[in-house]
Amino acid sequence: MSSYTWAPGYIDDGDRPQIVTSRFQYEDGHTLERFLATGGYAGLKAALARTPAQVHDEVKAATVLGRGGAGFPAGTKWGLTPTEVWPRYLVVNGDESEPGTYKDRLLMERDPHQLIEGCLIACYAAGLSQCFLYIRGEMALAQERVATALNDAYAAGYIGRNILRSNFSVDIVLHWGAGAYVVGEETALIESLEGNRGMPRLKPPYFPAAIGLYGKPTIVNNVETLANLPWLLTHSAADYTAIGTATSPGTRMVAVSGHVKRPGVFEIVNGTTTFRDLLYGDEFCQGIRNGNELKAFVPGGGSAPWFLPDQLDLPFEAKLVGAAGSMLGSGAVMVMDETTDIPKAALTLTRFYAHESCGKCVPCREGATWLERIMERLADGHGTETDLEQLFEIGQTICPGPFPHAASERLGIEAAPFPFKMTTICYVGPSAYTSVHSAVTLFRSEFEAKIVKRKLIPVSVGAIDDQH
Amino acid sequence: MSRLNDANQVLAKEIIGRYPKARSATIPLLHVAQQQDGYITNEAIAHVAELVGATSAEVFGTCTFYEMFKMQPVGKYLINICTTMSCALLGAEELVEHAEQHLGIKTGGTTPDGLFTLERAECQAACTEAPCLQANYRFRYRVTPAQLGEFLDDLGEGRLDAEIPPHGVVARVRQSIPVDRAVGVVAPDDVHEAPVWMSA
Repeated sequence: MSSYTWAPGYIDDGDRPQIVTSRFQYEDGHTLERFLATGGYAGLKAALARTPAQVHDEVKAATVLGRGGAGFPAGTKWGLTPTEVWPRYLVVNGDESEPGTYKDRLLMERDPHQLIEGCLIACYAAGLSQCFLYIRGEMALAQERVATALNDAYAAGYIGRNILRSNFSVDIVLHWGAGAYVVGEETALIESLEGNRGMPRLKPPYFPAAIGLYGKPTIVNNVETLANLPWLLTHSAADYTAIGTATSPGTRMVAVSGHVKRPGVFEIVNGTTTFRDLLYGDEFCQGIRNGNELKAFVPGGGSAPWFLPDQLDLPFEAKLVGAAGSMLGSGAVMVMDETTDIPKAALTLTRFYAHESCGKCVPCREGATWLERIMERLADGHGTETDLEQLFEIGQTICPGPFPHAASERLGIEAAPFPFKMTTICYVGPSAYTSVHSAVTLFRSEFEAKIVKRKLIPVSVGAIDDQH
Repeated sequence: MSRLNDANQVLAKEIIGRYPKARSATIPLLHVAQQQDGYITNEAIAHVAELVGATSAEVFGTCTFYEMFKMQPVGKYLINICTTMSCALLGAEELVEHAEQHLGIKTGGTTPDGLFTLERAECQAACTEAPCLQANYRFRYRVTPAQLGEFLDDLGEGRLDAEIPPHGVVARVRQSIPVDRAVGVVAPDDVHEAPVWMSA
């Protein structure tokens, strides 16, 4: 069997290593019984048999990259806390809402105990005395599954006071969000957890590991990142780095959606799997729907600059993808075939970011909405000749200087690599511009074809009397 | 009834007790209020403010930031059709149109019988199962217009009551930390030392 009715979208064809999805094949994979019967909480026991520093070293040696979007190594992040400042907290980012991303919800619904075990290992290693598991509000089933798992794990002695009769004690608190994309940004997540509007905090400090929840050192880790830890502890850093490449070890979960024959969520080998494998491979998406031609794809969630068929042979490796003008982000590929109306498709993303802008930074608050209005009239065929330049001008206000984009043989352009400069605190502002910039740069003729050629009313700048 | 009722006040105090600072319970308590009344009333905001030690204005500020909190009554079923990229590529707009026709309302509106409120929603993390929708945050995947009509009829006639609770109820299972297992909370400024297992 390759897909399961209880894990919609998940496909495990082929003979790929499974680090985080090994229990998806069981309908009862979310229960404590199944978890324990399949090696559950063995990673926690392995951790408790070592010192916290040894566990931390193992995670550092494995280079477990953050799976939320930025790809920052978890072990390094844990080490950014100032020495001798206590208490320290763990906040789990389960606010998955990046367009195209569908993995953390599956991990919470299908294997909540694995996530809990990962939280416990992180708390033990980094000396974090309380854990807050922040789950996106709209994920009712994930909340129910995690709540049940927490209740069962507390009763069985895996969470709380003197875990497994050791001197390790930690509470895990389930926290519900209430719907706000920007809360996925880690300082906004902390604001939200403190009961405030979820607006990102001014930087520096760049990491809440220095000053976070209640002003105390706080580690914010993504759900998938933490879900890697139980496997790592029952295996080893060497086993972990044996999968994937030196710069991108292990596996990662990737959702491929849009115009492919078989959309799905796959646990892929990091660093070596190419976009061509993913889109066309038999064990993955099996090609573009109806045998159509591929037009473009978004390689790393709605915030990532678009790729063209030119980039299909790039592997899922952060540095290479960055040099090619985009990012891997949160492991979300959205595919557009030849029938796609590019201005309309781009508009769906512009609209998303305009809607989700928190309003704190002016360039994003005003810019995103303005971009949306212009994109709307361009997509509807009411745009004017000056609109395209206006889009770039607004983009320059949010991201001054060169903006990353893919190379195109058809257009004869070279790639502009990551990163970019920005005038906003967080990435929502630049993200509002990303799809606009990609669509107009790579498919300008489609926009021009929709522009109404209007005669502009001449405006005299000279003396009005001259016209009499 | 708009302040939290007695049972919900007990629940609220239990939730507040899990956080080192009471204000962290603001969003969970607003969910409790919305579950009780179906939407958030000004009285509930004042009551939550009292419970977490904030002003009503502060809680109002938090409440209005988040999409899920409704300051006006909505239908028994909130239908959120995702219209972000992956769903849009696979027919979300047609689905929205079909829902508008079927229910006889525009997005943002509520049917006169108070059963349905229809909204366009942003990405719901089900992109491989596009187009998707949520009814009170319960999913339907790869929805065709025909299935949508049938689904709405089933909802309206109460055939899905067991699966889909009325608006306001998010999770039907709550966390409950047993007293004999809980570590308990300490005010953040009262902790100055590493936890015991770090020094062992």
